[in-house]
Amino acid sequence: MNLKYLFVLFGGILFGFGLTFSGMTKQEIVLSFLRLDDLGLLFVLGGAAILTMIAINLAPKILKKPITGGTYTKRSRTLNSKVIVGAAIFGVGWGISGQCPGSAIASIGMGNIPILVGIISMFFGAYFQGIILNRFEKPAN
Amino acid sequence: MFPLGISQYLIGGLTIGLGVGLIYITTGLHATQSSFFDTTLSYFSNTPYFKKKEYLDSRFWRIILAIGLIIGASLYTILFTKGSLYVTSVQLWRLALGGFLVGAGTRLSKGCTSGHGISGVASLSTASIFAVITFICIGILTAIMIQTMGILP
Repeated sequence: MNLKYLFVLFGGILFGFGLTFSGMTKQEIVLSFLRLDDLGLLFVLGGAAILTMIAINLAPKILKKPITGGTYTKRSRTLNSKVIVGAAIFGVGWGISGQCPGSAIASIGMGNIPILVGIISMFFGAYFQGIILNRFEKPAN
Repeated sequence: MFPLGISQYLIGGLTIGLGVGLIYITTGLHATQSSFFDTTLSYFSNTPYFKKKEYLDSRFWRIILAIGLIIGASLYTILFTKGSLYVTSVQLWRLALGGFLVGAGTRLSKGCTSGHGISGVASLSTASIFAVITFICIGILTAIMIQTMGILP
């Protein structure tokens, strides 16, 4: 197996394990955060972001480039209305259902069969967004 | 504020960060989640939007990442809950409606709780920080409205 995929798989297992350990794969716990009953979710985001920040800043200093090739780049997005309107739409969906993409996918591993309805709906939502946006985007060439 | 304590949240969050950090150090990839929907749709749709080079180049490792998430959650279930499964009590209509909005919103925003919330914040991206503030505030407003309407859990 390609080394890159092995690292992604191993990191993904840690990601899924951490999501589940923290309770984020249970929609009720996410909803209890959004109702301000239990603010623990902030420690999940904070803990994950701090270690990721250390990795992003340390990696280029230890290694010139990633073991599997390529380059180190920070994640950057241009701030525009799409970012904010999209985040607001996501917020409504999150508040209705307590689901976000990663926690929903991981939740399958706990045997949470109903979450498949949520994930299939996410695909429909992404598809709908894509075909709408496709009308406004200029062709690649 | 913290009826279940903070240790499960902090340990879980640090484990997530370990996974994301490991993937970044070894491969340079940002292990974010919501792009998975667009990149996987590129296998099925001929719409130019889904046929972008960045989607075609990343669609396979994003499937591997999703499989990793499921394995990680299964491992937890085997080790910590003695195989007792979890099934959400959130109604199907909420999973469906909420899921649709999550799919559309995260892709329009180009990030979700992991893309903006973890990798974006860790990169100190202004766009991501504004996105996180937006989805947390709107999420809280929506969840409280739903609760006020008497819809539980």
